[in-house]
Amino acid sequence: MSGDGTLEHLRRDGRIVVVGASLAGLRAAETMREKGFAGSLTMIGDEPYEPYDRPPLSKQVLLGKATAEHTALPRRREIDAEWRLGVPATGLDMAARRVRLGNGDEVEYDRLLIATGVRARPWPNEEEGALGGVFVLRTRDDGAALERALSAGPRRVLVIGAGFTGSEIASACRERGLPVTVAERGAAPLVGALGGVIGEVAAGMHRENGVDLRTGVMVTGLEGDPSGRVRAAHLSDGETIEADVVVVSLGAQRNTEWLSGSGLGAGPRGIACDAGCRAFDVRGIVTDDIFVAGDVARSPHALFGYQFLSLEHWGNAVAQAETAAHNMLSESVDRLPHLWVPGFWSSQFGVNIKSVGVPPMGTEIMITQGSRDERRFAAVYGYQGRVIAAVTFDNCRWLPFYQRQIETGAPFPVPFETVDRRPEGHKPMSADFPDPSVPTHGPTITLSGYSPADRKMTFIPAHH
Amino acid sequence: MSQAILREIIDYAHRADPYPLYEELRKTPVSHEGDGPYVISTYYEIQSLLHDPRISSDARNLKRTGDDPLGQGAEEETALPPSFLRLDPPDHDRLRRMTNRPFGPPHSPHKVHDMLGELDGIVTGLIDRIAATGSFGHVDLVDQFAYPFPVSVICRLLGVPPEDEPRFHVWAEAIAASLDPDPDADPSERGKNSADARMELGMYLAGLIEERRRNPGDDMLSQLANADGPDGSMTTMEALSTSALLLIAGHETTVNLITNGMLTLLRHPDVLARLREDPALSVPIVEELLRFEPPVQLIPHRTTLADIEVAGVSIPKGASLWLILASGNRDPKRFPDPDRFDPDREDIQHLGLGSGIHSCFGAPLARQEAQLALSELARRLENPRLLQDPPPYRQNAVLRGPRHLPIACDGVRP
Amino acid sequence: MRLVVDLNRCQGYAQCAFLAPDVFTMHGEESLLYDPEALDEHREDVARAVAACPVGAILVEAATSDARAARTARVPVSGGAW
Repeated sequence: MSGDGTLEHLRRDGRIVVVGASLAGLRAAETMREKGFAGSLTMIGDEPYEPYDRPPLSKQVLLGKATAEHTALPRRREIDAEWRLGVPATGLDMAARRVRLGNGDEVEYDRLLIATGVRARPWPNEEEGALGGVFVLRTRDDGAALERALSAGPRRVLVIGAGFTGSEIASACRERGLPVTVAERGAAPLVGALGGVIGEVAAGMHRENGVDLRTGVMVTGLEGDPSGRVRAAHLSDGETIEADVVVVSLGAQRNTEWLSGSGLGAGPRGIACDAGCRAFDVRGIVTDDIFVAGDVARSPHALFGYQFLSLEHWGNAVAQAETAAHNMLSESVDRLPHLWVPGFWSSQFGVNIKSVGVPPMGTEIMITQGSRDERRFAAVYGYQGRVIAAVTFDNCRWLPFYQRQIETGAPFPVPFETVDRRPEGHKPMSADFPDPSVPTHGPTITLSGYSPADRKMTFIPAHH
Repeated sequence: MSQAILREIIDYAHRADPYPLYEELRKTPVSHEGDGPYVISTYYEIQSLLHDPRISSDARNLKRTGDDPLGQGAEEETALPPSFLRLDPPDHDRLRRMTNRPFGPPHSPHKVHDMLGELDGIVTGLIDRIAATGSFGHVDLVDQFAYPFPVSVICRLLGVPPEDEPRFHVWAEAIAASLDPDPDADPSERGKNSADARMELGMYLAGLIEERRRNPGDDMLSQLANADGPDGSMTTMEALSTSALLLIAGHETTVNLITNGMLTLLRHPDVLARLREDPALSVPIVEELLRFEPPVQLIPHRTTLADIEVAGVSIPKGASLWLILASGNRDPKRFPDPDRFDPDREDIQHLGLGSGIHSCFGAPLARQEAQLALSELARRLENPRLLQDPPPYRQNAVLRGPRHLPIACDGVRP
Repeated sequence: MRLVVDLNRCQGYAQCAFLAPDVFTMHGEESLLYDPEALDEHREDVARAVAACPVGAILVEAATSDARAARTARVPVSGGAW
């Protein structure tokens, strides 16, 4: 693309196809129109619904304060697109610039944006997973079905996996007065995302709110009754939990299967792209017409040693979509890098948890403000003498300060006094992340090394 | 003491229009002279300091120099203990949570919203009274409207008998004056005036609180006096300093927002005309006012807990910081064409109500009061016009606003 | 009326929950829950909440743009004072 008018032609008459009609796809489409793209825009989504917001599904929806059917995302502007909803993309022909659809149709593009996101990791035993009363929670339909099941007043809910989603589900159950057991393979809830020091606080929140929390156990099997409904789960410690609703909350899988054999650098860890959201092919060479955004992307980040990061974060989906859209319509010198500092929130047991940076990179942690016992605090993660991440529990107004500390590579341990420093906060301690070679339930940030091609499956640990 | 900057800010000569001075100040985002305070005047620097945990609001962390232009030491050590405005977490957070319990969500989610009808009644009553005077050649919008309105609201909210208003009006003025850093005034005398006022107000409120402990009503004073939530109860002294804070804040800030608002609208008749046709325009108008003419111009009482660097300037631990909110609101690096009053601005994250943990406690109430006041005045006053521009201002440089706003109109619509 | 709140930006100032309590609620001290598809009868409250949000985190479809369009056209959005 140079000053030969190609770009001008693209902006006026080009064909842009967006695969993935959720948050990232929608925001990208809006951004393209905002930037004056006047060509044809096709939105392809495997779900039959227009783009909707997922975070409410594990919060408002399960609490019965909103319905799953009414979570459609507000539009920033008209996007004048052709919507192909309820039809999955099943293949990509990079040479012919064509996307194949599940119904046999083919859609040609000049620029392609892939924002196919992730799906809930299903229960590994297909037969058990098909029992009535066994749920996952990712989609609008999942949310509606689980809410119906909770409304029916089950005797006990079992949540398998205490990541953010699992913890939010458990919290909603308790708020509805339902007995709930949480089974977590790690030593504590949230341990993969925030480490053991914070995991211990989360465990306290579960127990104080009446959750029957079982840690360090695996669910070895689900048992159905003669009518094909789940009735119990067997744990690795030999115990049996009787439950008529089981929610499998074991994290997510990237939706990249449709790209296998296409030649794109896509695999189970996502689709590698450069800092400008351009996808790599399997040879590790960057493409110039295929872009990636949202949960399915893995992109290198300057603040974190240029390792590829996969972020299952709402804010990342928006920011990366905007950057990708801008770059799709720009000359190479006008392109922007995606430098969003990771950040997320979770609301559980009435506590607001927010984080910035990449906590799992942290080796040490300092509680710089407040107290873990009171569940109101700010904590900072350190890695190689620098601040790499921070988390707050009901203390989020301080978070912008810590974000700047991360952005400027401020020294760790934190050398200065702060308001509300307690005795527990004067010294750093081990952040206590589990052995990274053991995958935990649903870390929302995955560090996946330096290779843009995704040909090997070995997990590259965050800490060397 | 060589405090040219400080003198200029509080110099009454700048009261009607301090903005050119602020513009000059912003050329040096962090100004400092001698052993005076560090004066921060640019948007991003102020915003980040308001979220910086190395900054304290507690005067006890201030390193005393020989010079104490604010005379704060004496004030804080007498009469009432510091309110949560002048405390850090965890005490600040605990008291603010407890105060919020009877006021806002999550425990009292509809309280402020449900006051709309009552606010409307007070506004209607006050404008009707202006109408009843029949003399439209000279109306003082401060004395006849902008002052009595928020005062009645705060009295009803707290459960303070409105007939006592003349008494605590005097105390509130004296206490508010002590916020005003006048280097020419004798600090010890002013400190004493303020301390006396705080003492008298404290004793007055103590009597009320004692009475509400015996006979609780559904007012906030009763609820503060009898608090019994997860944070326990307030000590009598805490209940006193909290209710004094609410009473003074309710007196001294919203009046300026409304008065500055009418003054600004009368200077921008096109906007006033639009508001008359569309009361919903009062919503963006009030936000733009909070940027353009904020009722609290600056925060003069923050302190560093560590050596910090702001815009390349090193500020030592224990230093006094002044955050000039009104200057940050006019920072062209943040707001395009900042000296233009433009209620159609899309991006308006002003500093008018502060930010961070100390952001204005009464913000939603102040917003509703100002929205209602301005839309009703716009709707009902026929052909209003300023009789004096600029109007006479109050002495106070921190809580800045006209002392009187003399206008004339042709009549009052029903 | 569809809406979404950018909860990365949200700092729990609760202005929305004060001003439009039937649409936005605080869950605990700092967490915000909201109805992603608010009833039209809350339109004015939601407009106040959007304007008051100190971090500009609330996005509303149509409601705000309609209101803005109406305002530009100098047509009253509502039938009078509240």
